Amino acid sequence: MAKAKGAIVVDTVKCKGCSLCVEACPTKVIELAADVNGKGFHYAYMANPEACIGCSSCGLVCPDSCITVYRAKVQESV
Amino acid sequence: MAEVLNDIIKPENQIYGKSEVLTDNVLHYCPGCSHGVVHKLIAEVIEEMGIQEQTIGVAPVGCSVLAYNYLEIDWQEAAHGRAPALATAIKRLRPDRFVFSYQGDGDLAAIGTAETIHACNRGENIVMVFINNGIYGMTGGQMAPTTLEGMKAATCPYGRDVSRDGHPIKITELLAQLPGTGYVTRQAVHTPAAVRKTKKALRKAFENQKLNKGTQLIEVVSTCSSGWKLTPVQANKWMEENMFAFYPLGDLKDE
Repeated sequence: MAKAKGAIVVDTVKCKGCSLCVEACPTKVIELAADVNGKGFHYAYMANPEACIGCSSCGLVCPDSCITVYRAKVQESV
Repeated sequence: MAEVLNDIIKPENQIYGKSEVLTDNVLHYCPGCSHGVVHKLIAEVIEEMGIQEQTIGVAPVGCSVLAYNYLEIDWQEAAHGRAPALATAIKRLRPDRFVFSYQGDGDLAAIGTAETIHACNRGENIVMVFINNGIYGMTGGQMAPTTLEGMKAATCPYGRDVSRDGHPIKITELLAQLPGTGYVTRQAVHTPAAVRKTKKALRKAFENQKLNKGTQLIEVVSTCSSGWKLTPVQANKWMEENMFAFYPLGDLKDE
């Protein structure tokens, strides 16, 4: 069965680790990394990529426009 | 899983990304600042309407003083509070252009009250974006006219006392009474749903400007996590619990 799957790409250089996307995500995909970027912020990343549905809620609330959202229909392997 | 991700992350599958109207500069705002979201929404509306070459913004004084670094359109920088006066001049000289002012509460509701009220009263054909976070964010979180009763700020560390400091001002309600204003609304950008609504409101305001419908005022109730001394997520919660009680969201006027 084809199922809509999503994925996000975070611009880790621009991300300021405000964690608004972590709150906005309905399927708890995003977490803040233990690692930091050049400015010392814990950037957001997909900790649980299987759960992403590509709803773009994270992108909408991101103040720094550093999230790009992709969505595609993927064939489920049962 | 990595292979599946590689299948999904392709240009043709992209459904959301950075607007072309936004520049590549990193925003100087604090993490989680609402300014970034509103900048992005204005950029998206300009991009969708295809009016990048015809839009002139007027930057205020405040945190968003450097707004001209982030949107790839024509800008003017106004003196503190004078953005509506400058926008009036631009719109009268170039009526074919889309003109908007972008102001904070210290700019629009304090030092620029006279300019704001008179521009709205004359019904100047401009869009005014009003960011209300109830505090002077740029100078270090001092009390603003919009600071809530009992709200702590750098200059009222025990909370705003109305017997000494007066009541907070609902400038949007005041302006909605003026015959010159067309569309007056209050929105927020704390959740994905609210962000979508705010974008719709901005789109409507720019469309109304094309139809010469008078001054369009979009208030965005915002957070200032640094000024409020909260994390961005806590600031959004605090705003929902306290700001929305005094500044209820919704359309105030639509003519």
